[in-house]
Amino acid sequence: MAERIPSAPPQNADSLPFYEAAAQGRFIGRRCTSCKQYHWYPRPYCPFCAQATEWVDLSGDAVVYSYSVMRRVPAPYAIAYVTLAEGPTMLTNIVGCDLDTIRIGQKLKVVWVASDGAQRVPCFTPT
Amino acid sequence: MSIKGKAYIAGAFEHPTRKAPDKSVPQLHAEVALGALKDAGLELRDVDGYFCAGDAGGLGPLSMVDYLNIKPRYLDSSDVGGSSYILHVNHAAAAIAAGKCKIALITLAGRPRSEGQATGTAPRPGSPNQADSPWEVPFGPVTANNYAMCAMRHMHEFGTTPAQLAWIKVAASHHAQHNENAMLREVVTVEDVLASPMVSDPLRRLDCCVISDGGGALVVVSPEIARSLKRPMVKVIGAGEASKGQGGGKVDLTYSAAAWSGADAFAEAGIKPADIQYVSIYDSFTITVLIQIEDLGFCAKGQGGRFVSDGNLISGVGTLPFNTDGGGLCNNHPMNRGGMTKVIEAVRQLRGEAHPAVQVRDCKLALAHGTGGLLGSRHGSATLIMERE
Repeated sequence: MAERIPSAPPQNADSLPFYEAAAQGRFIGRRCTSCKQYHWYPRPYCPFCAQATEWVDLSGDAVVYSYSVMRRVPAPYAIAYVTLAEGPTMLTNIVGCDLDTIRIGQKLKVVWVASDGAQRVPCFTPT
Repeated sequence: MSIKGKAYIAGAFEHPTRKAPDKSVPQLHAEVALGALKDAGLELRDVDGYFCAGDAGGLGPLSMVDYLNIKPRYLDSSDVGGSSYILHVNHAAAAIAAGKCKIALITLAGRPRSEGQATGTAPRPGSPNQADSPWEVPFGPVTANNYAMCAMRHMHEFGTTPAQLAWIKVAASHHAQHNENAMLREVVTVEDVLASPMVSDPLRRLDCCVISDGGGALVVVSPEIARSLKRPMVKVIGAGEASKGQGGGKVDLTYSAAAWSGADAFAEAGIKPADIQYVSIYDSFTITVLIQIEDLGFCAKGQGGRFVSDGNLISGVGTLPFNTDGGGLCNNHPMNRGGMTKVIEAVRQLRGEAHPAVQVRDCKLALAHGTGGLLGSRHGSATLIMERE
């Protein structure tokens, strides 16, 4: 069965650099210039200490925090929270695998999937 | 300043309809407003405070104020999804305590069933100006899979089982059989729940609430007004509200903002969970109930599965009778917003006006709690504690 095609992300000034980097296959996030913590989703002010943040490259390594396979749709898909190696947990889809084999704690790697708009979006697949 | 004892719920009305193809949403708002005012022994012209949320069309409260042709001197259209109306009672009590109004009307109405909304499974469109939309819209977050991820994590951390979740639906169905207006009156078993089709792992169809038209309204009044009316005295003694999100990426799906709003409400009321004789707990899904029961302190975190099992939520059987109208799981969920009906059934219990088969004997202390928005991403939370005087 064909996989669900992600919807194009609405865009604003916070997100444009991320999706421009994504077009070149770079997975980036923001880290605080002061407390050095990573956060998600990216924003210009640190949600932990309110200081300025900067874009940094992310490894793309993650593990499943939680997930659910949506069954009542033409193309079932797995939504998930995955915890990045850098610390934050983000919402995404798990793709490229048998959806019945997904488990909490499973190791993942970022993959880029074309949305139904111009952007590629960060999904994850088991390693 | 506290709101404890500063306001009373004098009127409560639940619309009997569950499908209203031939009525407008403003008409439904008007019908529940008139119903609650009649229940209190008041009239529209008495209203000097008006509260509504996003189900009322137009800019905040303005269109419904105009439609009802009322002249409130206090207005509030705070919207925290389905928990809005519980939060409105808190705000109304605060406004009354501050002398800003004396007779506050709160209304909810909608027709998602007649309008064919796929409430739990349809993606929400998002907006560039909504902080989270650029990061979440692509991945198909819908109501059902959002709550399902909470259930999945709870099962992983605490060993909660689908059968334990099913007991919540079983208890609701035991209550709904006595409610002639309930959409689903058939008593179901744990096996029935586990045999129903999977919606979004691990939540099955019977773990999900109904989609219904309808609405409800409340009238919150000052102590002087309450004493002048010929109704049982339902006193507001504690309330709390809170909002929880993803914490900058420190996501923890095992608990909700009920941990905060509940603590505030209990502190204000000066009582503890063991004192509560009846609870209305928001039941958009079975997992919603389980997590909120833990967070409100009725059992320890992680013990919710054991707590709800074996009929412990069934009135006359268990230790914590809940949602004796059948709740959102069986009775109704007007406009996909269950907070209003949670307060209404609690008021019935405190007045001794619940169905005799589910009425809690000599019910003096009740709690109504709601979660609005999406439990697994961003949700509002409102807790209300009431006492029969």
